[in-house]
Amino acid sequence: MSCDLNGKELAMYDVIIIGSGAGGGMAAYQLTKAGANVCLLEAGGYFDPADPKYITQLKWPYESPRRGASTVRAFGDFDAAWGGWQIDGEPYSAETGTEFHWFRSQMLGGRTNHWGRISLRFGPDDFRRYSLSGIGADWPIGYDDMKPYYDRVDKLIGVFGTNVGLPNEPDGFFLPPPKPRLHEMLITKAARSIGVPVFPSRLAVLTKPINQERGTCFYCAQCGRACSAYADFSSSSALVIPALKTGKLTLINNAMAREVLTDPQSGLCTGVSYVDKTSLQERTVKGKLVVLAASTCQSARLLLNSKSSRFQRGLANGSGVVGKYLNDSTGASMSGFIPALMNRKRYNEDGAQSCHIYTPWWLDNKKLDFPRGYHIEYGGGMRMPDAGFMSGIEAYNGLIADASGKKKEAGGYGASLKEDYHRYYGAFVSMAGRGEPVPMESNYCEIDPNRVDQYGIPTLRFNYKWSDYEIKQARHMQQTFDEILHAMGGQRVSPAPSADRNYGLEAPGRIIHEAGTIRMGNDPKTSALNAFQQAHEVKNLFVVDAAAFPSQGDKNLTWTILASSMRTSDYIIDQIKKKSL
Amino acid sequence: MNRRDILKSIPLTTLSLSAATPEVSPTAPVPKPAITEFKNGKSPEEQRRDNALQTAKFLTAHELATVTLLCDIILPADARSPSASQVGVPQFIEFMLKDQPDMQTPVRGGLSWLDHECRQRFGKAFTDCTPPQRIAVVDDIAYPAKAKLEHKPGVAFFSRMRNLTAAGYFTSKAGIADLGYMGNTPHQWAGPPKEVLDQFGLSFDPDVHYADMG
Ligand SMILES: Cc1cc2nc3c(=O)[nH]c(=O)nc-3n(C[C@H](O)[C@H](O)[C@H](O)COP(=O)(O)OP(=O)(O)OC[C@H]3O[C@@H](n4cnc5c(N)ncnc54)[C@H](O)[C@@H]3O)c2cc1C
Ligand code: SF4
Repeated sequence: MSCDLNGKELAMYDVIIIGSGAGGGMAAYQLTKAGANVCLLEAGGYFDPADPKYITQLKWPYESPRRGASTVRAFGDFDAAWGGWQIDGEPYSAETGTEFHWFRSQMLGGRTNHWGRISLRFGPDDFRRYSLSGIGADWPIGYDDMKPYYDRVDKLIGVFGTNVGLPNEPDGFFLPPPKPRLHEMLITKAARSIGVPVFPSRLAVLTKPINQERGTCFYCAQCGRACSAYADFSSSSALVIPALKTGKLTLINNAMAREVLTDPQSGLCTGVSYVDKTSLQERTVKGKLVVLAASTCQSARLLLNSKSSRFQRGLANGSGVVGKYLNDSTGASMSGFIPALMNRKRYNEDGAQSCHIYTPWWLDNKKLDFPRGYHIEYGGGMRMPDAGFMSGIEAYNGLIADASGKKKEAGGYGASLKEDYHRYYGAFVSMAGRGEPVPMESNYCEIDPNRVDQYGIPTLRFNYKWSDYEIKQARHMQQTFDEILHAMGGQRVSPAPSADRNYGLEAPGRIIHEAGTIRMGNDPKTSALNAFQQAHEVKNLFVVDAAAFPSQGDKNLTWTILASSMRTSDYIIDQIKKKSL
Repeated sequence: MNRRDILKSIPLTTLSLSAATPEVSPTAPVPKPAITEFKNGKSPEEQRRDNALQTAKFLTAHELATVTLLCDIILPADARSPSASQVGVPQFIEFMLKDQPDMQTPVRGGLSWLDHECRQRFGKAFTDCTPPQRIAVVDDIAYPAKAKLEHKPGVAFFSRMRNLTAAGYFTSKAGIADLGYMGNTPHQWAGPPKEVLDQFGLSFDPDVHYADMG
């Protein structure tokens, strides 16, 4: 029998889950629905997108004294992410000469409250990159293993899109997509004219009702604020809150897990110790099984910090791979200005927040000088103004003749400047490439031996550099953007970045698709988890976030986190039934 | 600690345990009840920080008067819409200077540069100049490409003021109406209006069944 400090007997949970984002929310939902007694530890506070005290949706910029500027929240005052690139009292560092930016959001639902909702399945090739190219790693499972779960996630959570029958961009169960916006139609036409395909995007937004609990999109273009109608997918609204309704879930907020506890004899997990952030007290929960879902880097940090005489390199880390093969999507972008869109007719153009169209990878890397593909996301339109409204107009308002046919001197003031804001509003497009990186052993996070956070938990130190593969891919992205923009008759606004700036390749971490730090594989010498994301060395320990992914395709990875967490949850239920756990 | 130090000590993130509670001014009659709950989507720390910023002052009365004149030169009233100062842009700029202290030196310095330039040319501060005198100086700093080298500090300052003024103006109620942004309200999105499609010679993909098509 175990007791807390006051001698009170501790509950014994069937499962303890750490983290309530995409991975943890799905596991909590599946396991409680199957009848398990689950304890969910979440480092952040409670959040419900429908509770008025949290709602920022449909607020106007003037309801914020900084007009929504990003001084306090990384993506602006109204964004539903509590956290950011830095969190006071919880530092991280990077090895000199390397760089990694780590975005954390600590709240019920984690980063799924404000994510872009771009929901792309991996295709068959994305699971076998090593076999296809001789570099990188294969997954221990293939698309056929994942397909049933992707199908179930499509139906359970809801995603719009279209079936286009592409070999590596699998069809799914899609709700009808919203119509494209004007700039998206112009992009589609231009891109197709030069052989770049464009299709309706795939977003986890409900354009049709799917059940009684969740509403339908009313097109406010603010999914990043988390939808109060539950019409977009947030783990808080779509998974954890329904799981709470089963009565089987004990949610503990403000619980920062410190380490996973193990029994020295059996080597099995027995529970988790955590810091209650509101009282700074150390607490313990006991469970028969532990599921890590604290996000790629936090889950690795937890294992590396869970050291014991039996697990001297950290829990489940006999292979030494924990922390290694950290990889983030590549990203490069461009913004351009379309003269044909000047002086646009005004109408309400708000749709879903993210693009209604996208370009999946369309070329053959065997014929290119870089080994992996990318997809393109598009932006633009008559958006709600915010604190960055048309900032830097002096760079472009001299480019185009006014109504009288004369070009103006750039900059200016007064009536003619006011007119410029009118003329140029809504005449911009942006293109952003999101590419597949090659996971490298030399890119990793590790425990910084010299630092702890304000809870006394040792912090992470990153070590990450892009290789030529990613830099050449970014160069190709920029060329594609220029070609599409040229075909639209547009002009670049953002400078064309050159080789010394890696062609605008964003620094590692910036795209917020980290993966790979606790990778799965068939060989316990080169992987930490088996094909069911179960630790090779600790059979009652599972990882259900993107730490488990040997690679990540060029597809934003959340849909795969959801599908693989569902698959692992099914496996856990099955093993419990068979009494093998 | 002076006011600026107090403001600097308020953490920027929303999650800090150590969030310093801003000092209540000594003359405050009754202490307000502690803020412990989220409100309007803002965390208690964010509410406390915003409240503290709103009661603090950065610009002097003279500086604020100069900012007000500049804002209205940048975005004056016209038949259709009010001027920048009429929709509170100077107050927005004052807030941003406290919110983002990195801007304090460039703006304060730019305001001093402007006064210095006016004193050299006209023997008085910007606010005391006649409107044509003010415009003469503004014309030298409002056009980055043709500005003289000796006016460059003024150019950088004026560009910053232009951007701040536009941000404050077009995020105000009147500015949004002036711009013609029509969203931020529930609606059915059914694609661009027909006349717009016709203007651009565009049509929807016939193979796709879109959400608004039932
Ligand atoms: C601006 C933005 C846009 C994005 N857009 C997209 C997109 O369009 N498509 C896409 O696929 N992906 C997108 N992503 C990425 C997506 O948000 C993540 O892939 C996803 O949220 C990861 O889920 P997760 O469960 O691994 O982690 P998270 O969502 O980060 O959740 C982890 C949770 O664990 C908690 N936690 C962490 N450490 C501990 C601890 N020690 N103890 C207890 N709890 C802990 C955290 O507080 C958090 O709530 C975007 C991300 C951002 C920031
Ligand atoms: S765009 Fe639709 S799904 Fe997104 S927040 Fe608005 S109503 Fe909700």
